[in-house]
Amino acid sequence: METESDKTNQSQSQGDATVSDTERWASIVGGSAMVLMGLKQRSLRGILTAIAGGSLAYHGATTDKSLQEKVTDATGINKAIKVEKTVTINRSAEDLYNYWHNFENLPTFMKHVKSVQVLDLRRSHWVANAPMGQTIEWNADLINDQPNQLIAWASEEGAEVDNSGFVRFQPAPGDRGTEVKVVMEYNVPGGMLTATIAKLFGEEPEQQIGDELRRFKQLMETGEIATTEGQSRGQ
Amino acid sequence: MKAVCWRGAKDVRVENVPDPKILNPRDAIVKITSTAICGSDLHLYDGFIPSMMSGDIMGHEFMGEIVELGSGVKNLSIGDRVVVPFTISCGNCYSCKTAQWSLCDNSNPNAFMAEALYGYSAAGLFGYSHIFGGYAGGQAEYARVPFADVGLYKVPEGLTDDQVLFLTDIFPTGYMAAENCNIKPGDTVAIWGCGPVGQFAIRSAFLLGAERVIAIDRFPDRLKMAKEQAGATEVINYEEVDAGEALKEMTGGRGPDSCIDAVGMEAHGTGPDYLYDQVKQAVRLETDRPTALRQVMVACGKGGTVSIPGVYGGFLDKMPFGAAFNKGLTMKMGQTHVHKYLDPLMRHIQNGDIDPSFVITHRISIDEAPQAYETFKHKKDNCIKVVIKL
Repeated sequence: METESDKTNQSQSQGDATVSDTERWASIVGGSAMVLMGLKQRSLRGILTAIAGGSLAYHGATTDKSLQEKVTDATGINKAIKVEKTVTINRSAEDLYNYWHNFENLPTFMKHVKSVQVLDLRRSHWVANAPMGQTIEWNADLINDQPNQLIAWASEEGAEVDNSGFVRFQPAPGDRGTEVKVVMEYNVPGGMLTATIAKLFGEEPEQQIGDELRRFKQLMETGEIATTEGQSRGQ
Repeated sequence: MKAVCWRGAKDVRVENVPDPKILNPRDAIVKITSTAICGSDLHLYDGFIPSMMSGDIMGHEFMGEIVELGSGVKNLSIGDRVVVPFTISCGNCYSCKTAQWSLCDNSNPNAFMAEALYGYSAAGLFGYSHIFGGYAGGQAEYARVPFADVGLYKVPEGLTDDQVLFLTDIFPTGYMAAENCNIKPGDTVAIWGCGPVGQFAIRSAFLLGAERVIAIDRFPDRLKMAKEQAGATEVINYEEVDAGEALKEMTGGRGPDSCIDAVGMEAHGTGPDYLYDQVKQAVRLETDRPTALRQVMVACGKGGTVSIPGVYGGFLDKMPFGAAFNKGLTMKMGQTHVHKYLDPLMRHIQNGDIDPSFVITHRISIDEAPQAYETFKHKKDNCIKVVIKL
């Protein structure tokens, strides 16, 4: 349902996006409100690209939609899955940023990611486990990198699973550590069924990202990930 | 090894299962010498707690000797004699750092289950269903202890298992219940339930300076223990008199300054939606159980404190909240922050202020465990506390 504020935003963002739009997106990404509430219908990828200083008129950052998008929206085929999860970790933003920024560390706590290979300063190659023993691979671009604060990425053009997102590190109040927020968006442009993606990224993307963040917290706070796999039990 | 395995409601069996292995760097393996059956194990036994799985190993009150250590444990040695807190705590998170050990952020691998029902997950527990982590318990010959460097507590020379075993749960639980009462000089504390936690709450209330402790139950043997061994000033058999009226008369019409519910209500909650109906069912089956808490809220004097060590898991019906509100009551509750109490309570034991072994009524072998669950459940043979000796 379209709200009044949507209409306002729409009229503001018609034609070329303005600098104030970019500032607004930057404040949503960097603010304390729930990011997905600010995003509404917009593409996370477009907004992240715009904030990073890319084309301000990046297609997805506005609400103008191509005919193809309108069709897929109407049929529900091209359904973007958006997830937002936050956890507070009792470590400094610097420690957490540094661990995360070494992308090859990520499979330690991301169960579905088999490996990440850093190709150069911007690009990395990802391999994830898919159902039935298959794997799925893609290249990701680092599109925004603010030391100790923000890492944003997007899959390269043509990736089987179009995905983009950011992880943000903000000091928590009162010596409680660092608030780590992940916002992700998956798109399935090739007509791949949403259900397949759901299987790939876990039955519940929210729970999956939540569990990954929890494991990240366990690892960074305790040095290990709590488990009962392999313990004794009655046969 | 031998272990007491849950196979369904009212069905626990002693079975041969694989020995535990070190799974994480901060793990230890403990060879168990003494392990107890807790009143809260009866909730599992009776099948009131969802998310138990056939084959789960029971038990969360155990101690023994370290036989294996993970590479990350530097402060303990093979051969150390230790007690094991029933709450699993990492020692690193904000909750642990602020001494809220039973609210550990990191020890429940199934936190998503607890979050679905409670909003947030507290610590993992040994042998207490999958919503609390699904950890194998300690009614067995060996157990794996995660975060051993933080959890395992070395037993000083010269103390027997029976003297220190209850540091794992029920002594700290009774003590925290009394501490939560914020006892001031001249205070009267009323305690519902004279099971082991109630017995320790009685003793602890005196250790913390209570003037009078009034204990309430319906089993004569438990009331006798409360009076003669725990030292309650008076006891009330609520089947003979109205406990609330009696308390009012016994306290000059003021009512108790604080009341402890050491009874609890069996039903535990759970996370996944498919378990939700089971929870509701369990609550319905247990409609008489919040009786104690209702009485406590009505019987407590104005401005008093209600302290709840008894376990609650789900939704409670018909609570007299108006009584709590209009008398300005303070309510304190939660799983015990066991780690916080180990030092001070060990000192009380060493000083001879208390010998916790007074609650033990039965000592058995592990093979007798299934029968002991029945005896304990039906409170036959004046059974108050069962210790399995290995």
